[in-house]
Amino acid sequence: MQELGLIFRALLRNKVGALLISLQIALTLTIMVNAIFMMQQRSEQMLRPSGLDEANIFYLSNTVFAQDYNQQVYLEDDLALLRQTDGVVDAIQINAIPMSGGGWSMGLQTEAGEDKDSTGVAVYMVDDHAINAMGLELLAGENFSQTDIEWRASSQNNWPAKTIISKAMAESLFPDDWQSALGKTAYINQAEPMQITGIVKALQAPWNGWSGVERSMLVPYKMETTGGRFMIRTEAGRRDELMPIIEKALSESNKGRIIRRVTTMDDTRERSYRGHNAVNKILTSVIAVLTLITGFGIVGLAMFSINRRTKQIGTRRALGATKGQIMSFFMIENLMISSFGVLLGVAGAIGLNIWLVSTFSMAPITPGLILTGVIVLFVVGQIAVLYPAMKAAKISPAIATRTA
Amino acid sequence: MFTYYLRLAWISIVKHWGLSLVMITAIGLGIGASMTTVTVNYLMSANPIPHKSSQLYNVQLDSWDVNEPYNDDGSPPEQLTYRDGTYLINAKKAFRQNIQAQANAVIEPEGDDALPFMVTARANSADFFTMFDLPFIYGSGWDDSSDDSKQQVVVLNNETNQRVFGGENSVGKNIKIGGNYFKVVGVIDYWDPKPRFYDISTGAFNDAEEIFVPFSMIAEEKIGRSGNTNCWKPTGDGFQAFLNSECVWLQFWVELPNAEAKEEYMSFLGAYVDQQKALGRFERPLNNRLNNVMEWLEQQQVVTDDAVMMMTMSLMFLLVCLLNTVGLLLAKFIGKAPEIGLRQALGASRRTLFAQYIIESACIGIAGGLLGLVFAWLGLQGIALLYGDMLKGLTGLDTSMIVSAVGLAILTSILAGLYPTWRACNVQPSQQLKSQ
Repeated sequence: MQELGLIFRALLRNKVGALLISLQIALTLTIMVNAIFMMQQRSEQMLRPSGLDEANIFYLSNTVFAQDYNQQVYLEDDLALLRQTDGVVDAIQINAIPMSGGGWSMGLQTEAGEDKDSTGVAVYMVDDHAINAMGLELLAGENFSQTDIEWRASSQNNWPAKTIISKAMAESLFPDDWQSALGKTAYINQAEPMQITGIVKALQAPWNGWSGVERSMLVPYKMETTGGRFMIRTEAGRRDELMPIIEKALSESNKGRIIRRVTTMDDTRERSYRGHNAVNKILTSVIAVLTLITGFGIVGLAMFSINRRTKQIGTRRALGATKGQIMSFFMIENLMISSFGVLLGVAGAIGLNIWLVSTFSMAPITPGLILTGVIVLFVVGQIAVLYPAMKAAKISPAIATRTA
Repeated sequence: MFTYYLRLAWISIVKHWGLSLVMITAIGLGIGASMTTVTVNYLMSANPIPHKSSQLYNVQLDSWDVNEPYNDDGSPPEQLTYRDGTYLINAKKAFRQNIQAQANAVIEPEGDDALPFMVTARANSADFFTMFDLPFIYGSGWDDSSDDSKQQVVVLNNETNQRVFGGENSVGKNIKIGGNYFKVVGVIDYWDPKPRFYDISTGAFNDAEEIFVPFSMIAEEKIGRSGNTNCWKPTGDGFQAFLNSECVWLQFWVELPNAEAKEEYMSFLGAYVDQQKALGRFERPLNNRLNNVMEWLEQQQVVTDDAVMMMTMSLMFLLVCLLNTVGLLLAKFIGKAPEIGLRQALGASRRTLFAQYIIESACIGIAGGLLGLVFAWLGLQGIALLYGDMLKGLTGLDTSMIVSAVGLAILTSILAGLYPTWRACNVQPSQQLKSQ
């Protein structure tokens, strides 16, 4: 215990150097904790399942330009061609793609009326093959039947009688018991009734930044449109092989349209979360480099303080101090500096987080994370000081006898 | 004397090469990281049309649902309804006005083996070209009378003109767009404002469109619109019902040369909304807005949160690097106390000592700054790689950034060197000499 006081008093003789290292540790902790927290939040978002069999699905755009294009006949032709292709599990026409960023949303409400609350929901217009083609899991109710599917003209605004919704949507509409949603009537466009005939486990909306991203509905429509999309699910492992084949087959089967943007769901996910991924990679390198710099700073300062105290160390050794005692002197000194830095750093981390929360509406950090950061920095400090301390321990007691 | 100090600095830096390397690398990394994020922020918040950004105003009207504001903060929709937009364009109350929406179209070039292809299009009115200063190679934009008589005219960008007409002067020729023939009236040179201020509704850093057609072509159903559409009231069936609906999907810009004109236009908008209120529309409180280009970009938060957060982080990172440098310089200069004592005893004044050590700090700063430029360049390459086309055009280093990077590095390293130098100059020569 006596030694602690000694080390502390020695430390006070070089206040500024110690303070600088402490500040550096404090800032490192501040940045580290908040950066890791931001990364965690992004990683969590990226891990949310879309509900689709992403690995085996791709989609393409079908842009019609011919004037005399028979929408209904050609759509049936296309779907037949797709569904008959060897290796294709199923295919549908769809109005929007999950995670792609572009789509339709509507409001559903449990009571009709202009002044009643409605819940925003993403709309997917599909036929009775959707559950199979997307790889969704039907939790309750049943799929659409062929007779449920209606034709939708390009500017039509009424809605079919049935809908299948995601479990998250069911939970929003009926918070007490999502299963009770089955068979109930929900109102779209404030007053048009739609019966909920099925609930799927998960199906994300096209906008992953939206707070209601898990809320979606399937609507039994085939669309007459000049800008349609087909979604195709293949047998496992055959997606890449089938993409060019299907693009070619469709392009050649009808010259009144352009087939373009043949894209996999994997690419869509990558693009959708590219910003998140990029931020995470940048933050990871920032944390790594920052820790290295702080570590090297500790090494550099310790080396210098040891060089300056060579004679004193030699004298202590000559007076009987063991190598272990010399090493522990510098390790404990570092522990003291780190403790002060970490103390400031915890305050800094919370301060920065408060600012981030108020400016960017982020969530507040968890105490566990701060504790982890504190431990990491203590360990980094000890590792950094290890080499200088070992060098100090090697100083020969004979130094004490020299004059310089 | 200066070159002598430089030589001394060089000797000192080389002698403690390990320490110097740590300092130079630390400054380099700090400067590199800050410059990378500052560049992205700087380019995101760039003024895309500096000479007239204060005269171009985006128009917002609050036609939204009385029960619920469009935005949580009470600001009106970013876009207008077709009814309001066409009223404003026909009223012609501003010096210049432009009604516009995003669209896309298929071009079918002549010739049997030419394949049809898709282009991005902007449907806009005649003033678009003069308001936003589009550079023309051939011809010009169309005029008001073409808008009024709904003529099928088109302005192509250089690339499309190359593709369809091989780059020749195509003014007066016809081109088949979406199954209809349009007459080319002009070809523009490369034009790609960043941010794409005139329409940020689908992404502030998207490319400018490839062709431009009159806005009336949308209502004529000769061109298919794209972009965002937001509705709060059920619409009837059919395209005409959609046009008459309360859905917002077009943007409106006016050019107002001075504050007086802005005030006049504001009261004109007020009068219009009041008149519509009498007809049972615009049930929300009066909430018209005119924002000039920079106000608009600021309000729409074109600089993303991610970019601001990264910049904050990297500036703190720079601070850590500086603390590191201060600490190491301090250690180094204090380690030189005997040498300093000796020089003082031999007659060196504090001033000369100060100069010598500041020059040494500055040398480390310059080296760090140059290294920082390399890191910044690498960092921007990395960002370009990570974000791909999402940040296209936002990851270039320009001269002013290079100069400020090196300047910042030198300035910070001198600042970092101040305290250690001051400590070094205050060495007591007698004490140092005694122990020699």
